[in-house]
Amino acid sequence: MTDTGQDTRASDQPAERVPFMQRLLDNPFLLLFLGVAVPAVLYLMWGIMEVAQIPIAP
Amino acid sequence: MASIADTGTLPRAAEFRTCPDTGLKIDLAAEKLIRWNAVVAVVFLAIGGFFGLLVALTRWPAVHLLPAEWFYLALTAHGADVLLFWVIFFEIAILYFASAVLLNSRLAAPRIAWLGFWLMLAGALLANVAVLQGESSVMFTSYVPMQAAPHFYLGLILFAVGALVAVAVFFGTLVIAKDEGTYEGSVPLVTFGAIAAAVIAVFTITSGAIILIPTFFWSVGIISHIDPVMYKVVWWGMGHSSQQINVSAHVAVWYAIAAMVLGAKPLSEKVSRFAFLMYILFLQIAAAHHLLVEPGISSEWKIFNTSYALYLAVLGSLIHGLSVPGAIEAAQRRRGFTKGVFEWLRKAPWGNPAFSGMFLSLVMFGFLGGISGVVLGSEQINLILHNTMYVPGHFHGTVVAGTTLAFMAITYLVVPLIFRREIMFKKVAQWQPYVFGLGVAGISLFMMGAGTLGVSRRHWDITFSDAPVAFDYPGTAFLMMGLNGVFGVLAALGGLMYIVVVVWSVFFGERRTEEKARSEPLLPQDGAAAVATYGSEGTLKLPGTITLVAVFFVAFVLYYFVNWKFLSEVWPLS
Repeated sequence: MTDTGQDTRASDQPAERVPFMQRLLDNPFLLLFLGVAVPAVLYLMWGIMEVAQIPIAP
Repeated sequence: MASIADTGTLPRAAEFRTCPDTGLKIDLAAEKLIRWNAVVAVVFLAIGGFFGLLVALTRWPAVHLLPAEWFYLALTAHGADVLLFWVIFFEIAILYFASAVLLNSRLAAPRIAWLGFWLMLAGALLANVAVLQGESSVMFTSYVPMQAAPHFYLGLILFAVGALVAVAVFFGTLVIAKDEGTYEGSVPLVTFGAIAAAVIAVFTITSGAIILIPTFFWSVGIISHIDPVMYKVVWWGMGHSSQQINVSAHVAVWYAIAAMVLGAKPLSEKVSRFAFLMYILFLQIAAAHHLLVEPGISSEWKIFNTSYALYLAVLGSLIHGLSVPGAIEAAQRRRGFTKGVFEWLRKAPWGNPAFSGMFLSLVMFGFLGGISGVVLGSEQINLILHNTMYVPGHFHGTVVAGTTLAFMAITYLVVPLIFRREIMFKKVAQWQPYVFGLGVAGISLFMMGAGTLGVSRRHWDITFSDAPVAFDYPGTAFLMMGLNGVFGVLAALGGLMYIVVVVWSVFFGERRTEEKARSEPLLPQDGAAAVATYGSEGTLKLPGTITLVAVFFVAFVLYYFVNWKFLSEVWPLS
């Protein structure tokens, strides 16, 4: 579905190809996966690895 | 009297009523859950706000109300009650509204939703009991090796599990709405913003579980040691991300109020959704700014998670900062307010507390919370502000001026639409956003001013009266803390006005009947369609908004570089 600028989604219009971004944004579970995976990798896992690598004081 | 129809054919025999104001079909089970979550949220706001007033009066040097032990107890209760319990209970109400109500759907598994509600309530009460018993004055962050009573951590865990259950019900409702075809095409933008908030909530709660469950075991002696830096990294995945749930939710509330009060549609649905996508992907990692001075963590991790990825989330906020006032201007110009650059703004419904609260929230979130957040998120200039009063100054600009004021604003629509009661004490309600907004703006500004002068956060006594080594802050710092106290009292008055209006309206307010809805419509004709359907305004002929955005950018750039100037003065590079 495209952004027409108005609420004009007449049922007699031919079906349009749904763009990739629209399909992504219409899938809450894909958004859920991305929204958990990205910060989990970039913030949590990377951060935990950084702390785990701090040498223990003798 | 609203009409009630038993659908009968659905897997759950959902009972609906048709809202006479919006024409939306409302599942009575969802409505009841929205009411209870909103009421409990307001109770925790009242409790947390009271403790906040005690904190402000203690940090006011001339008053210095509480002894040290009570100060840290009040600070802990204030943080937990408003930063977690008030906002998350209210956000659960928003999730149910944005899914079941806006999508004309039945709520998935109401019994499970009630289980979530009772778990959240039990957890919040347990944590409060632990704090009030005096053995858990570890403040909101509860950094180890400070140890709270086991039931403090248990309370937070129960609350988090309950919130996760509620988020699962929200996602289940989205599935049901799509399967049962209760809406066409894409979900409305407000629901999309609620999805962003729910996604961030899942990451937040998972991070909380990862760190709070072992910390609970540590508090009962099963685990011998929790690494303090490891704790901080994972805890902030919950502590700061929970505030990002707020940002997504209150931006959704801005769009909702603009749509319902003025029939405003986003300038471009696609662009606003992209901005929410930036939140989903990158907003949570802003938590890293709390760790910018930690030794042992690399600059690569710190800079990537703040000065690179965070800016993508900031881009999302800048888009919303253009889109929301732009949508309002476009809607006002459609209504004929086309004279000059700012007639649309002058003739906006400033006497409607839903609108005024929303617009003040938008402006203050951008100028106070937003700009200061970017300053704190820059590794170099963070050095001069880290752990000073600047940090609470920043988050009072985001969570209080931004989130709390936006949630207060939408309450003035929720009470007549969901509780079906008229707003009582209308004059008090009209003034309330201005009183609270002015108070919070002062708190945020003067805290940031004190922080810029080096005043430490979380400190009972800035005179260091019993310290072995004396330290004197400049006199201006004392002035800033005194003004923070004055404006704290003003904000508390604004909060009290909100509580009085809401409680009186909900429990003793005149019933909003169908006749009343017909004779005194709450929303314009296109208000319900604008909030509950997909669609864009599709114009950029917005001279007023462009002017406001230009002013914002000039302030942003000037303030950002002023802080680099401060840094150069404390860290000469000659």
